Amino acid sequence: MDTDANAAANGPGMPQLDFATFPNQIFWLVVTVVIIYLILSRVALPRIGAVLAERRGTITNDIARAEELKLKAEAAAAAHDKALADARAEASKIVEKAKAEMQAELDVALQKADAEIAARTAESEARIAEIRASAAEAVEVVAKDTVHELLGALGQKSDGRSVNAAVSARIKQGDAA
Amino acid sequence: MADGTSGFNIKPMDQFTVKPLFGGDVVHWYTPTNVTLWMALTVLAVTALMVWGSRGRALVPTRGQSLAEMTYGFIYKMVEDVAGRDAVRFFPYIMTIFVFVFFANVLGLIPFAFTTTSHIAVTAVLALAVFLTVTALGFILHGASFLKLFWVSSAPLPLRPVLALIEVISYFVRPVSHSIRLAGAMMAGHAVAKVFAGFAAGVGAAFFVPILAVTALYALELLVAVIQAYVFTILTCVYLKDALHPAH
Repeated sequence: MDTDANAAANGPGMPQLDFATFPNQIFWLVVTVVIIYLILSRVALPRIGAVLAERRGTITNDIARAEELKLKAEAAAAAHDKALADARAEASKIVEKAKAEMQAELDVALQKADAEIAARTAESEARIAEIRASAAEAVEVVAKDTVHELLGALGQKSDGRSVNAAVSARIKQGDAA
Repeated sequence: MADGTSGFNIKPMDQFTVKPLFGGDVVHWYTPTNVTLWMALTVLAVTALMVWGSRGRALVPTRGQSLAEMTYGFIYKMVEDVAGRDAVRFFPYIMTIFVFVFFANVLGLIPFAFTTTSHIAVTAVLALAVFLTVTALGFILHGASFLKLFWVSSAPLPLRPVLALIEVISYFVRPVSHSIRLAGAMMAGHAVAKVFAGFAAGVGAAFFVPILAVTALYALELLVAVIQAYVFTILTCVYLKDALHPAH
């Protein structure tokens, strides 16, 4: 083994097997381990444990609060939705009502306008009839005069009464045709 | 390898020599030695991590406090998972073992450092302390029924005496394997690193080959240092579990 070769070459061989140093190592080991134990158990571990526990508590609290806030937010969202739906219903009702009112007004106005139009039409028809009558009369007079003139120009003695009757008869005939 | 007649003058074991700090040749039990120095540095490192690191007690931890909390949480969870919930009262002791072994291992990797955990005297005392405490605890908590640990009641009856013999032997081998595993791993790595470093001085122009090897070895040793601290601690938890719950 290597250790044997070392022992031959370097004298002490494995320092690990030098039992003279054992009391020294064990003494200092015990001192060290006790010091580390005291440092850990008195200072470090309680401190770190407390910090970890505090953090765990804070996280749990925060999560609970977040949960609560989430519920609140959901309630607020629901209320908002409801308000929105109410407002929408209200608005459509108002629109409906306004439409109905306008329709009623429009109906009244249309009836009035129809009546007026009918009255005007009747009046106009009466006037047209009047004008037509007067025009027909004027045509008769003009025709009689024209016939008298024509007869006069042809050198014949016009018999006023028979001419008038003939013209009237012809006009009546024309009207009938 | 180091036979004095070759070009290499490598003394890989010299780094493990226990020397008085302030001169003299005799190592009394109270003499301040390099053991004292490096154990004191271990205490300082533990204090720096666990006390100085957590001084802020901050709700949102700083980097130092995070390290202290991670170490705490790591060992706490190990104790809880391996040894059970009722083992948590032994957490400070197990934490002490872990931080001591961890920092002794890692500080030992500093060049020219002395590795206290590479000595069987140190690891054997730790392992024996664990062994005796756990055994005493088993008998205090369970009395004679602690011996059921060796009586495998789930095995067929004719096999049980044989198994009991094996169990007893393996139980008493525990402190041996527990201590030699740690000291051996630390010693071997440091000795090999020293041998490679000696090659670098002896091979002339090809010096970079052993230096690269030492670099790679150093990374491996860092891993070994951490893993051995972990293994030593988790075995302590396993033994503690046997004392608390001896039934198979």
